[in-house]
Amino acid sequence: MSTFGHRIAHNGGLLGAIALFVVMFTIYTSNHPVGLTAAVAATAANKAVLLALVAMAQTLPVLTRGLDLSVGMVFILANCLASAIVVGTIGEGFLGIVAVLGVGALAGLLNGAIVVWGRLQPIITTLATGAIYYGTALFIRPGPGGDVQSDIADFATGQLFGVFPTSLAILLAVVVFVWLPYRNSVLGRAAYAVGSNEQAAYMSGVPVQRAKLLAYTLAGLLAALGGLMLTFNTYSGEASSPIAGNYTLNSIAAVVIGGTSLFGGWGSAIGSIFGAFVLRTIEDLLFVFNLDPLWQPLFQGIVLLAAVSLGAVRILRIRNRLELFA
Amino acid sequence: MPDALPILEMKHVSKRYGGIAALNEVDFVAYPGEIHAILGENGAGKSTLIKIAAGVTDPSEGELYVEGKRVDFRNPTEAMAAGVVCVFQELSLLPDLTVADNLSIVAPPMRAGLIDAGAQRERARRLLAEIGCDDIHPLELVRNLPLSRRQMVEIAKALAKRPKLLILDEATSALTAADVERVYTIIRRLRSEGVSILYVSHRMHEIAALADCATVFRNGRRIETFRIGERSMSAIVQMMIGREMTHHYPDKPPANPGAPVALSARNLSWGQQLRDISLDVRKGEIVGLGGLDGQGQRSLLFALFGVLKGVSGSVDVLGKPLRLSGPRSAMRAQLPIALIPEDRKTEGLMLPMNIRDNISLASLSKFQKGLRFDRNSEHTAVEKIIKGLNIKITELAAAVSTLSGGNQQKVVLAKWLMTHPGIILLNDPTRGIDVGTKQEVYRLLRDLADSGVAVLFYSTDYAELIGCCDRVLVMYDGRVTRELAGLELNERNIIETALNVNDKEQAA
Amino acid sequence: MNDPKLQAGTLPVLRFALDRSVLIAFGCIVLMLLGGALYSREFLSPEYLLQQLQISAFLGIIASGAMMVILIGHIDLSIPWTVTLGAMMATAVAGWYGEIGSAIAIPVGVLCGAFVGFLNGLGVAYLRLPSMIFTLGMNAVVQGLMVLHTGGFAPQDHATDAMHFLAVGRPIFGVPNALFIWIIVGGFITYLLTRTAFGRRVYAVGNRETAAYLSGVNTNAVIILCFVLSGAAAAFAGVLLAGYSTKAYQAMGDPYLLPAIAAVVLGGTNILGGRGNYLGTIAGVVLITLLQSILAVMQMPEAGRQIIYGVVILVMLLGYGRGEIDRK
Repeated sequence: MSTFGHRIAHNGGLLGAIALFVVMFTIYTSNHPVGLTAAVAATAANKAVLLALVAMAQTLPVLTRGLDLSVGMVFILANCLASAIVVGTIGEGFLGIVAVLGVGALAGLLNGAIVVWGRLQPIITTLATGAIYYGTALFIRPGPGGDVQSDIADFATGQLFGVFPTSLAILLAVVVFVWLPYRNSVLGRAAYAVGSNEQAAYMSGVPVQRAKLLAYTLAGLLAALGGLMLTFNTYSGEASSPIAGNYTLNSIAAVVIGGTSLFGGWGSAIGSIFGAFVLRTIEDLLFVFNLDPLWQPLFQGIVLLAAVSLGAVRILRIRNRLELFA
Repeated sequence: MPDALPILEMKHVSKRYGGIAALNEVDFVAYPGEIHAILGENGAGKSTLIKIAAGVTDPSEGELYVEGKRVDFRNPTEAMAAGVVCVFQELSLLPDLTVADNLSIVAPPMRAGLIDAGAQRERARRLLAEIGCDDIHPLELVRNLPLSRRQMVEIAKALAKRPKLLILDEATSALTAADVERVYTIIRRLRSEGVSILYVSHRMHEIAALADCATVFRNGRRIETFRIGERSMSAIVQMMIGREMTHHYPDKPPANPGAPVALSARNLSWGQQLRDISLDVRKGEIVGLGGLDGQGQRSLLFALFGVLKGVSGSVDVLGKPLRLSGPRSAMRAQLPIALIPEDRKTEGLMLPMNIRDNISLASLSKFQKGLRFDRNSEHTAVEKIIKGLNIKITELAAAVSTLSGGNQQKVVLAKWLMTHPGIILLNDPTRGIDVGTKQEVYRLLRDLADSGVAVLFYSTDYAELIGCCDRVLVMYDGRVTRELAGLELNERNIIETALNVNDKEQAA
Repeated sequence: MNDPKLQAGTLPVLRFALDRSVLIAFGCIVLMLLGGALYSREFLSPEYLLQQLQISAFLGIIASGAMMVILIGHIDLSIPWTVTLGAMMATAVAGWYGEIGSAIAIPVGVLCGAFVGFLNGLGVAYLRLPSMIFTLGMNAVVQGLMVLHTGGFAPQDHATDAMHFLAVGRPIFGVPNALFIWIIVGGFITYLLTRTAFGRRVYAVGNRETAAYLSGVNTNAVIILCFVLSGAAAAFAGVLLAGYSTKAYQAMGDPYLLPAIAAVVLGGTNILGGRGNYLGTIAGVVLITLLQSILAVMQMPEAGRQIIYGVVILVMLLGYGRGEIDRK
């Protein structure tokens, strides 16, 4: 196989997710009463980018064969925090943004530290820290409310040059300036190595602990960025447990649809972005086709379950039954 | 060369697991520019020696010196940094990463703080070319490579670290003949560059062709170090076998060709690992499986027990076809089948659970009477079998993990004997257990056979096969290549057939 | 490392009580009660304690099922909407079919939960999908169904008299019925785990499924049955909760997932499976309920409660030590 052929083969899951999205989005826009205008695109993008960011966040721990059930809570925490401190002048607003992202990264670092040094299971760890982050969000914003620096918010949710959604540009910037460098860094590749086979990674001299720490920290950072964008969309903060739970759940679904293996070691955050887009487009499709919105949760649940069940193809290849239990 | 500064020196190194010494007061020296063969039977302490040198385990006692400096490796990374690199039998490659990624997993070429993918690919191409594996694409995923190619990548990965001491642990066992030649060439080149090579192999002709000197290990002790040529091959084999601790094997009864065939397999095939295997085991007979490790013996036992999917061919128990759908159907056969697995810790026992729970696990349904689980008769049965097998325990409620290896293995045996099997498959059951327990296991197997049980027994210990079995089937590359019985059943014949050499000179 | 859990010849309760994490959990309960008593005498009054046990019962029943799944090394994240499902189906059947409906309401609710558990078990056992993800998806599907159920047409959501009676009645010496039910459920689980072959197999699968399979254990059946028990227990708790608050409502099961898992894990059950006993789960459930209650009495706002909650769970788990958790 050629170098190009290998590249295609390595990104099969990603390409599949992109193809699925393109098909669905085409159906969506061609049936949309107004068609694809800049405004329609910006609205769709603003909504989709939120989940895309949280899904990217979820991807990183999953690559190390972990899981972060607190991403939704960090997302909400950042939302509440932003609604309190991203205010005032533009300069003060930016300081606030830095603080919000810092708090997100700190939350992620705490997760990672407990997993690495406390040696608790990621799922239990993040279930418990999730409660802490949610409590903190509730502490900051006991009821919905708050405000956000409107110049920054309007910019972040508007269009660049009147056509291109800024939120999408921000997402693109995250891919280019965070994900791609991470993917090509020593610790990023170490994350894949750890997820692929932790024992072999250790034997090969891979920095296992630092790789995990960084993965969880970055997950916190990205989830916080998502929460920030949510604040720019809603101009307020709300410590809503259902929203947090929903984003956590959908982030896992997006990761799976995007072709990342839940057994670690395989996949990409870009796939998760398209996985998130696919999930969001399903909602929009239901809307365009006038499907009763009541059907929406069921439909999403079934899509998730179906996507997850694709993983079962693995068992067809197994020829020694003992491998089923590995 | 012994005047040169040794690359690696071990002084009085011991390693104990539980009560058993895997390595006992070993002194060992490896010099630069030398290929040093490490010889010994299974469990002689070779792999423990390697693990200590490579920083995978700590010695219980003793000191390590690399190039005259005292070292204390906490992990493999530190050993690598000191120039000690090991190619392990269990592959250390990352299956989901590309070959190029794997080859540069530590210290990849960097550009602007990031991994330079292009340079890394180039590096991989160069390294692969160096070992004559240009056919492997650097962007291929390791999991897509066949085992023999993975092994070559593993070797390339070790070479990429520019080792001062390279340890090859059975590195050629999975390789094709052409690749073996390539590896020889590389090793010789490294020697000429002053690298020290520790070479572990069971293949005697490899040692003769390659090594400068050899050290023989037995029972965790270093027996002798000598230059190749100083000792005849048969003397070396004698050193490895060592007969000062001869086992007493139970007497074999005369062959009884009239006994009914308990287990009969016809044309069993499974991928590359089992090829067209047919065999019969009669009631009252102990049939051994021999050959080099990994020639399909384990797969054969698993296939008979129904663990493998997609096995072609047929298996009959007392003339009735057996469905190969899993352990439960094997256990319900006309003659119930039992499998004593190879790995006690993962396949045989639940280490944290207590002795009673482990022993009764395979026969629980016997004690469940309607809604009531008869704990009293369970207790009685367990006590009885513990006494019968002479298992040394403090109390039934102790976790199995507290027992010694030999007693753990007896617990596994006890579990299966409680099911009253008519056919017993054993997968290297005496590995890593003490001499006394081994003796008891041999006695037990013969007693079972005398009571009419059919036994199929795989062992990596040839002496054991000869001492215990009525017949031995030697396997090579997934086939049964020879059946040995009576006077033909001796170590020389087994080794010859195992190595698949017809030339007696080479085998001896 | 001698396993102190099973000393031969001693009473089951005593030998379980020797488990370190169970001791810590019970110690914490006593400390909390004493600490509470310093704050207000009320904390040691029988009325307060009975009330706490009544509230514990709902969580206790859910945790009983969750424990079965955790013991085999899996996790059931579909608990929240299975609770709601049980409540909604029971009340709906009662509303739709009058007399007969009221009579079969409770079994129908429980069966619906058992069915969800069965599907979970199929996915985990036969498709070999990670339980965490599969049950999460199942939770979403059940949620979707319930949204349809309540939104499409006006549902019957009122609890039957029987449900109300079981949840809040106190006919015998003023002891709440819910507590008796928990005792029955707990007794049943304890019986399963310690007095049946099935219980032995549950621990075997949780410890090492490969070895259990090679010993002839039908591991898939064990997995499915554990998930069925979890689903049934969650739905049953939902039925009782509907009786407690006289009606079924959306998301009523959401506040129970984390506490249920936390209770099981705090009670010393290994999250990776294979180790744990029911006494520990009781301790965990009471501990969690007390913690919630004390925080409420101290008028701690929800925010503080969540934080303290998460911190307590983490600190206790870290305190149990690595030996309890570390297993590869």
